[in-house]
Amino acid sequence: MPSIKVLAEREERGARFTGGHTLCAGCAEPMVVRTVLNAIEDPVVVASPTGCLEVASSRFPGTAWNVPWIHVAFENAAAVISGVEAAYKALQKKGKISRRIRFVVFAGDGGTYDIGLQALSGALERGHDFLYVCLNNEAYMNTGVQRSSATPRYASATTAPYGEAIPGKPQKRKDLTEIVAAHGIPYVAQAAVSHLIDLANKVERAMKYEDPKFINVLTTCPLGWRTPRDSAVQQAKLAVETRYWPLYEVIEGQYKINYKPKERVPVEEWLKTQGRFRHLFRDPRGKELIAQIQAEVDRRWELLLQKEKCFGGGE
Amino acid sequence: MRKAITGHKAIAEAMRQIEPDVVAVYPITPQSEIAEYYADYVHNGLVHTELVPVESEHSALSACIGAAAAGGRVMTATSSQGLALMVEVLYIAAGMRLPIVMALANRSLSAPINIHCDHSDAYLARDSGAVQIFCENAQEAYDYTLMAQRIAEDMNIRLPVIVNLDGFTLTHTVQPVDLLEDEVAKKFVGECKQFSPLLDVDHPVTWGPFAMPDYYFELKRAQQAGMEAVPEVFRKVQEEFSKISGRQYAGFFEAYKLADAEYAMVVLGSTAGTAKMAVDELRARGMKVGLLKPWLWRPFPAEEIAEALRNVKAVAVLDRAFSFGTMGALFEDVASALYPLKQRPILANYIYGLGGRDTTVPELVRAFEELPKIRKTEWALRYIGLRE
Repeated sequence: MPSIKVLAEREERGARFTGGHTLCAGCAEPMVVRTVLNAIEDPVVVASPTGCLEVASSRFPGTAWNVPWIHVAFENAAAVISGVEAAYKALQKKGKISRRIRFVVFAGDGGTYDIGLQALSGALERGHDFLYVCLNNEAYMNTGVQRSSATPRYASATTAPYGEAIPGKPQKRKDLTEIVAAHGIPYVAQAAVSHLIDLANKVERAMKYEDPKFINVLTTCPLGWRTPRDSAVQQAKLAVETRYWPLYEVIEGQYKINYKPKERVPVEEWLKTQGRFRHLFRDPRGKELIAQIQAEVDRRWELLLQKEKCFGGGE
Repeated sequence: MRKAITGHKAIAEAMRQIEPDVVAVYPITPQSEIAEYYADYVHNGLVHTELVPVESEHSALSACIGAAAAGGRVMTATSSQGLALMVEVLYIAAGMRLPIVMALANRSLSAPINIHCDHSDAYLARDSGAVQIFCENAQEAYDYTLMAQRIAEDMNIRLPVIVNLDGFTLTHTVQPVDLLEDEVAKKFVGECKQFSPLLDVDHPVTWGPFAMPDYYFELKRAQQAGMEAVPEVFRKVQEEFSKISGRQYAGFFEAYKLADAEYAMVVLGSTAGTAKMAVDELRARGMKVGLLKPWLWRPFPAEEIAEALRNVKAVAVLDRAFSFGTMGALFEDVASALYPLKQRPILANYIYGLGGRDTTVPELVRAFEELPKIRKTEWALRYIGLRE
């Protein structure tokens, strides 16, 4: 498993994603991108849909990418990487390429949960050899914090604002990790920017497969979550500790929860640190809404425990 | 080798001979047979293409873009709503300067939904930056599919090329087609020329960057230069192809009995065949008529078309699609082309054949016969075969 030392050495040897980007101060995306790319030894080709990472890393004539990288549109990164991988296989068969090359997508939750879901599902079903990493910051941050299907219930987003009549986003967030797992691909996981070694280990385990692989990484956006710029790691950590964002894997159909918090930390502890939930602590309806959020966290955690129990690898 | 095959089979045979690295395709009537033939070739080991059976046309072209940027030779095919779904990424394929050859089985756009031929799908992609070629018959569809590969991959062009063939009329009818020997076709098409492929991991490149007002304009101007390079390459490729095939392709359009014509018709696709019969019938009766059938529609060969039409008295321009709110797209092309002339022929614009409505020889004869009675060019549509 890659240690901090190994990851640091690979970064020193030649950064695959360099400092020449314009992501916001405090953005968690570069940490995830660097950790994922440093956890892969082979040469990689990266695809990204339209989004924060794309806009901030590829402003012509500059680029922050030291690896081959492609962007085409918002909804099609999984289709684009399918084509790249298919060309690789074809050229390999013809003897025009002999080196092993791996394929990685970095996409936001909008480009994954919403507009890119069809292309992702198609690529998973076809079985291309690629790793899809969702940099999940739970809203359309690039365009100004609009709600996505990854946005948590009752968070305030610019297209689902807190208002007198409706207190934020009324709907529950989509459980994309489980939707992906239902495709029957060999490796699916949830990770968080707060647990980088866990993430690196997951990437390494994933890359053993020459099939589709998917990791949903909770990637704090201080701008959209309205938290301090130095809070990205702490925010993600609280999400894990409150069981809002469990770290787990589904390897060949077997569930494994990578971290079970010993104490039951109420989700309120996480909510109260973020501006996007501030209204829940001012509005008279807030208590009830927080209780609903907690009930949903508990329901999903219990379900996950049950899945691990029924479909666990056994320890 | 002469075979009796459908337009689809002709395209599929050209694709088999080209043997692209990647074919990403999604079925739609009336294009599906191309996808079926090609899947059959792949599954029986006749070709070593990676077939990507995508979940939509949007993904078909997206996968083609990825594969082309990776350094592979790629092809796809679609029709109607499929092209409509692709259009977003078709503009991007052109903007990224990626050579992707695509057969378009021309079919009307919804609504109402209809599976039969008109050119509304091709017109939708008119300003996409893709090169567009129109074919009169299955032979031309086969020939231009082979030629399209050379045009798309030319280092000065690097653009997607659409080979249009009329849905059902050409795709599903059996016609005699002369196929080249495999080796001859393969030699003509040649090896795929790569440009900064993604898979060259030792020389990493960034494909599809973000360009702000400081560079966007220059990059689009460079794309226009790619289009401007098409005519010269098109002629060279035609010349070379004529030599190996024995079929004469010389120029951006076919001029049929046009040299001494007083009245002319301009029409795209299979209806040109019907128009030739109308020309023959009227010539037999002593009326000096001729036909101009563009092969190359985008880029539009304006100067050459103006030269070919400069001495006629009147021209009927036929559009097989509305450009709602204005005249037909082909009419506007021809009108613009003629504008610099001191003495311009009179023009009339006919909309015909929408949603697969049949267009007959007598109808085209009547359109020709109407021309001498038209006193001036009017900004008003006329219709062929419409019940009003």
